[in-house]
Amino acid sequence: MDRVLFGDNQFFGVNHSSDEKARAQTIRFQNNKAIMDVLDIAMDEGINTFMCTTHDRIEYVCNVVRDNPKYQDFKIYPCMPYAHKYANAVTELGILGTVKQFVPGNVFSTFAKGGLAFMKKDFASLAGLMIDAELKMFKGVNTPVIWMQNVITDLLLGLGMVDFLVTFYNHVKEKHNAEPGFITMNLPLLLDTLEAAGISNPTICASINKIGFRMSGGKEVYEKVIAEKRCRLVAMQVLAAGALPPKEAFEYVSTLDGVESILFGASSRANIKQSKGLIDSFSLSAG
Amino acid sequence: MIRAGIIGLGKMGISHCAILGAHPEVDLVGVCDTSTLVMDGFKRHTAKECFSDYKKMIDTASLDCVVIASPTKYHAEMVNYALDRNLHVFCEKPFALNHAEGVQLADKAERLGLVNQVGYHNRFLGTFQEVKRLLESDVIGQLYHFLGESYGPVVLKEKGSTWRSEKGQGGGCLYDYASHTIDLIHFLCGKGVKVRGTELKSIFSKNVEDAVYSTVYLESGLSGQLSVNWSDETHRKMNTQITLIGKKGKIIADATEVKIYLKEGNEKLSLPKGWTVKYLTDLTENVNFYLRGEEYSSQIDHFIECIQDKKKKNKSTFKTASYTDNVIGLLISDSTL
Repeated sequence: MDRVLFGDNQFFGVNHSSDEKARAQTIRFQNNKAIMDVLDIAMDEGINTFMCTTHDRIEYVCNVVRDNPKYQDFKIYPCMPYAHKYANAVTELGILGTVKQFVPGNVFSTFAKGGLAFMKKDFASLAGLMIDAELKMFKGVNTPVIWMQNVITDLLLGLGMVDFLVTFYNHVKEKHNAEPGFITMNLPLLLDTLEAAGISNPTICASINKIGFRMSGGKEVYEKVIAEKRCRLVAMQVLAAGALPPKEAFEYVSTLDGVESILFGASSRANIKQSKGLIDSFSLSAG
Repeated sequence: MIRAGIIGLGKMGISHCAILGAHPEVDLVGVCDTSTLVMDGFKRHTAKECFSDYKKMIDTASLDCVVIASPTKYHAEMVNYALDRNLHVFCEKPFALNHAEGVQLADKAERLGLVNQVGYHNRFLGTFQEVKRLLESDVIGQLYHFLGESYGPVVLKEKGSTWRSEKGQGGGCLYDYASHTIDLIHFLCGKGVKVRGTELKSIFSKNVEDAVYSTVYLESGLSGQLSVNWSDETHRKMNTQITLIGKKGKIIADATEVKIYLKEGNEKLSLPKGWTVKYLTDLTENVNFYLRGEEYSSQIDHFIECIQDKKKKNKSTFKTASYTDNVIGLLISDSTL
């Protein structure tokens, strides 16, 4: 993985400190071209990996990047699923209704033999189908790491449905020839759980920042786990939703031994340049 | 270890299940749902004992407490059954379809000395707790108006029917969305006792309302407006915001920030004249297990703490929830005038 990964929250109105800023960003990026323009700036500044949710609008980015020599070194790390799509559907349609709506084709024809009865017996195949559906738009795009979104990782973790984490891991590795990654807000618990399930040195993305924001169980527990280097780690929310000044934020995370990559999102050239520059210089001085 | 069971594995039930499952002081022993699809998933992929009959789970699983996240129309019956077996109860919102029944259950739980809580998670959000502290210090002076708003993208076109789209079952925007807003108004400003000019609008749903607009009058005499709409796709997810206007200033708060405007600076609280913005990052504490927002874990942690420490005062009791039920009832009758 590259040292610096570019995130997508700013494009889709996700802002952990201000709903108002989120709305302003939604307006600014309602045109797909505006997203692509910022990605081009990120590339100019030397960032070649875009980590993004499987939001419908990413299809546009995929279409621009695909078969275009300008983007031959450009990588996309899809994070699935875009959970609000499902959460809102479950409120409206119930769980079965949601499965019916999102599994490609008709559940009953997809599983030609036995339809619903078959589906009930084979959640793993169903999960595989949903993963494939989410990844469809990335066909022909370089996606070396494919992530499970934190809300799903942490839901499965809390429910103790560890075999689905393993199903995702195996499916992504075998069918999509990519490295499976898990985004989480519960790094220590997830790492212990994955190791117990036989997955060693997993790829994990977690909130890591100087003020301990969204580091469940506390910063000290996290720092201890990070120092043990038992996983390939991407740090996210390094700015703690804007609570930390960039210099302080990037110094902390860039000098933390055990963090492989750093994820951040920004909308302006100035912010992208500054963030990338800070990470590079602090990483260099940390050796 | 506290032995817990969950009834109802819809969106909220599954979320509670994960939070309780990861709680170090809780042994989640039983889960119960009538959907064979969901129960099949739990049987196959977890080690929990699975039930389709909640009474059987309560009677046989030797529980200390139960979380009820079934459709609203079943709450009263299930809560009653659990209280009769001496269980502490966490019930999803809204509490009871029938206000009088809710009050009876609140009295019963109190009489039995059982912990009782309803899932109004806004009470556990760092930003709204900060607003409460600010109001208690009289920062913006005497309030003369409030505006409670919730918007989100749930029903965006005409289709579908689940229990939520059936009239009288607690499925519309009023029960699902507005209940949170009403409870938040109660938490911050006081009990609603009268409503006027209520509009329950069906936008895409056939049998239930998709939006709620009304003027709400509180016990203290303060009045304000309620504006709630779950067919608003300009919001990515549910957004709840409260605006409070007083003689000395104004507060606008949502799940992520608190904006304070003061006509004069407040030295005691080191708030300057003009605008101050406080962010959730400074107002929230870490939880042990995070799923969808600190508040969802905090409310369950609080429920468990109240069971462990009987002297602790619960922050979202059946009683306060029944006031919200009462306002829901008032809104329905006012809208049909």
